[in-house]
Amino acid sequence: MTQPRNNSMQSELQVHDLSLYYGDKQALANINLTIATQRVTAFIGPSGCGKSTLLRCFNRMNDLIDDVAITGTITFGEIDIHDQRVDVADLRRRIGMVFQRPNPFPKSIYENVAYGLRIQGETSKSLLDERIEWALRSAALWDEVKDRLKDSALGLSGGQQQRLVIARAVAIKPTVLLLDEPASALDPISTLKIEELIHQLKDEYTIVIVTHNMQQAARVSDYTAFLYLGELVEFADTDSIFRNPKEKQTEDYITGRYG
Amino acid sequence: MASVMTKHISEQYDTELAQIRELLMEMGGLVEQQVNNACTALINHDVQIAEEVRDVEARLNQFEVDLDDRCVSIIAKRQPTAGDLRAVVSVMKVITDLERIGDEAERIARMALTLADNPIPEDQYAIFRGIHNNVVKMLNRALDAFARLDVENALRVIRDDADIDRAYNELVRHCIGKMRDQPDEVEMSVSLMWAARALERIGDHAKNIGEYVIYQVKGQDVRHSGIERPN
Repeated sequence: MTQPRNNSMQSELQVHDLSLYYGDKQALANINLTIATQRVTAFIGPSGCGKSTLLRCFNRMNDLIDDVAITGTITFGEIDIHDQRVDVADLRRRIGMVFQRPNPFPKSIYENVAYGLRIQGETSKSLLDERIEWALRSAALWDEVKDRLKDSALGLSGGQQQRLVIARAVAIKPTVLLLDEPASALDPISTLKIEELIHQLKDEYTIVIVTHNMQQAARVSDYTAFLYLGELVEFADTDSIFRNPKEKQTEDYITGRYG
Repeated sequence: MASVMTKHISEQYDTELAQIRELLMEMGGLVEQQVNNACTALINHDVQIAEEVRDVEARLNQFEVDLDDRCVSIIAKRQPTAGDLRAVVSVMKVITDLERIGDEAERIARMALTLADNPIPEDQYAIFRGIHNNVVKMLNRALDAFARLDVENALRVIRDDADIDRAYNELVRHCIGKMRDQPDEVEMSVSLMWAARALERIGDHAKNIGEYVIYQVKGQDVRHSGIERPN
């Protein structure tokens, strides 16, 4: 397994000897990797390779599934995220997630973005207004919705809904954003807008993205990890992976060859 | 990593990549023939062969346009990555070098036509012949290395270029001496120098082809890296 050679990168998340089992079935095997701070890291690999499972480990989304067993550690800053003292709700506030299909709440655009802040107990109208405009601007959606904030979020297009969901995720100012195929249900123009957004968001957030679209990984990420059958085959800076991968399995996958 | 042996899931993609390589080899063969014919025309004062070289040049230009077009089409349709990307980029670079070698061959053919009425005495060609033989070998080895993705042979081509440069410098010194001794034959010496200069340039292009072989196989850009100097 190859690690990126850039020594200057700061690490946000460190995965050490991580294995995960769904019942008897091993889904991840001894994964070791580092997620760099304020960089975009992409996970690529064929269906069932474990990339989404690995992504879901970072904010303990797999806790919601029965019969999951995890060994190894994930360190976030100073803390081991599996430590019993970790407040999972707080962890998920700091490590936000956006899914494949946009999942706005059946509420107004405004209330969707305000949701997390209200749960945190924020009641000041002026602060909410300010934060919501900021979040919608961060998600490159403000100009399209500023005149209809009270309208239902369900009336937005798929691409707008996905950016709304990203605005909802950034509104509570997380440190890390996990994106699970954020553009796979979107048309090409909306996809490009999401990619541009990812590029802008990395100034402030650490981003981990799972994608089936290899060209998307090549365009948006700084580092790319290729997973196959639950193992991390190769992890390197994105340019190296797409120009000159070290492992034949990586080459076969990204060039569309039979493995 | 050159995993040319494994097939793509898209058979059509395999076919497209194979086609550009085959066409490139065909173009390479034609270029070799041009260099040989041009030098033969010069040494043997053969006007007919010299004119043939000029006629064939148009075919080479057509190869260049067609191959470029196919490469661009692959990039647009397939978005090649890794070894495939390096293969397409290398082919595009080699096309340019081959086309320029064709231009140099044509230049030599032009010299052959210029000199046809005023032949250079046979003994003047000794150094030129040597350069010609070495350049032809070097070009052949470069194309062979490209076809087989043979790094060892590519490295040899890169190193051999220094010999060509040395022989060329020797020829220049020799011609300058001649010009001094026999001022009435200056025109002849200048023409021979021009032709040798064209051969020397062909050697440089063959060296470039060797460098693209290494890039394609290893993903390393060895241009301007001093790799040609043996340790």
